[in-house]
Amino acid sequence: MATQHSRSAARFMMAPAVILLLGWMLVPLTMTLFFSFKKYLPLRGDSLANGLDWVGFDNYVRFVTSSSFWPSIYATLIIVGGVLIITVILGILLAILLDQPMWGQGVVRIFVIAPFFVMPTVSGLVWKNMFMDPVNGILAHLWRFFGAAPVEWLSQASMQSIILIVSWQWLPFATLILLTAIQSLDSEQLEAAEMDGAPVLKRFWYITLPHLSRAITIVILIQTIFLLSIFAEIFVTTAGAFGTKTLTYLIFQRVLESQNVGLGSAGGVYAIILANIVAIFLMRIVGKNLDA
Amino acid sequence: MARAVTTQRKSINTLVAWVIALLIFFPILWTILTSFKTEAQAINDPPLFLFFDWTLENYAVVQERSDYMKFLWNSVIIAGGSTILGTIIAIPAAWSMAFVPSKRTKDILLWMLSTKMLPAVGVLYPIYLLFIQLGLLDTRVGLVIVLMLINLPIIVWMLYTYFKEIPGEILEAARMDGASLRDEILYVLTPMAIPGIASTILLNLILAWNEAFWTLNLTAANAAPLTAFIASYSSPEGLFFAKLSAASTMAIAPILILGWFSQKQLVRGLTFGAVK
Repeated sequence: MATQHSRSAARFMMAPAVILLLGWMLVPLTMTLFFSFKKYLPLRGDSLANGLDWVGFDNYVRFVTSSSFWPSIYATLIIVGGVLIITVILGILLAILLDQPMWGQGVVRIFVIAPFFVMPTVSGLVWKNMFMDPVNGILAHLWRFFGAAPVEWLSQASMQSIILIVSWQWLPFATLILLTAIQSLDSEQLEAAEMDGAPVLKRFWYITLPHLSRAITIVILIQTIFLLSIFAEIFVTTAGAFGTKTLTYLIFQRVLESQNVGLGSAGGVYAIILANIVAIFLMRIVGKNLDA
Repeated sequence: MARAVTTQRKSINTLVAWVIALLIFFPILWTILTSFKTEAQAINDPPLFLFFDWTLENYAVVQERSDYMKFLWNSVIIAGGSTILGTIIAIPAAWSMAFVPSKRTKDILLWMLSTKMLPAVGVLYPIYLLFIQLGLLDTRVGLVIVLMLINLPIIVWMLYTYFKEIPGEILEAARMDGASLRDEILYVLTPMAIPGIASTILLNLILAWNEAFWTLNLTAANAAPLTAFIASYSSPEGLFFAKLSAASTMAIAPILILGWFSQKQLVRGLTFGAVK
């Protein structure tokens, strides 16, 4: 039973976390919004102290009409979409495989999960150099072994390469969550279907897949939020060249490399809106789970 | 009832699973192996697997050339500091939401989660500017604060789901026996919550250790952790595969080991309790 006393104590204990997060959200967000309506080029002498010129929605219009905008949206969608398709499909197959009886299940699981713990800069550079290097990479050795000309992965097949690297990092996450969901499936249901003569594919389609649907949705939503903001993998491999400049990377370049803060901030607002559209769906699912 | 599984089927499962698992693990394995080769052996065609002259030379060179220990120490301080600070702030908040829920608890939890979904790049310049103004750019203190803030929602959420599982009757019994709020937290709750708190700390150490947006953008020479140190290998000179491997192995080894202990918590922590 919550008393009046414990209620006020509870509010007091919640305060630090709430105030910190509120500040963390509101202060930079307000600044980004403010900058997005200003001409702000620090390298050309604009500064907060001298006052910034109000330019209305100019930055918003210029951001979407610049020649790099649509390519960046395209790159973002291809990378997010490609990684989602690969990790969800392979994740389901792997989760089903790992759920089967076998010897050394624990070790297999550890191997499969390991890539998730590798820091993004390491996985980016290890793949870029030791695997995708057109002269000394493993893949180049492999191609030459079969008599083919080595591929310059990160320039000739840049998107596929980035998708491969990022999928390798996120496959463990999808697998682990789907495996957890599969393990909660009532095996008697599957056995009953098997006894009734339902073939493997039908059992998968009508029993396993519907059971997994919620976990799949969660994997898709959470990965989308993280994938929309992948940065380090691109930073250390192509640095945004060869068509791999995502929306996140474009904004980073506008803000820090070319120091056009107004324009970059307008881009930032677009990115925030985009992330929020995805977040709303995720929050609904998580929120429903809270009531249960 | 478990079905009887034929040995033949189990063997096939085992074979397929091991082949796939080794394929997925191969880049890590290859990095570890390469770190013990000389630079010439590292690019040998055909690639050398086990039969080469094992050497520890690369590890010595990496340390000597770039003072690896400094970056390692920065990583430890930043990941450890932000996790501990975040946990200290989150425990009371999660406690009050789990045991003294009000009508708004759910809204507050969801709102906290929503701050986690703010794309970092959207607030990059404001944070950058504030860091310059406050003298926090390229300092460990600055990164501890930022990483604490980005992981705070996950810490609160994880602790909340763990605290929720502690039966409220026990707390009521303690209260009936005249335990004060302080006694209740210290002697009743904490011992029961320690496993949950430990898993929360473990997962957040991993997340903070691997964070590679703020650590790359807000550090230079002084406070750079391992993520930024490794990134310096993106424009190398000469042969460097073996040295890159040695640096990478040292950067990922501690977290691989921690990670293997935290498999279960990973699911709960990263799905905000939606999948258990």
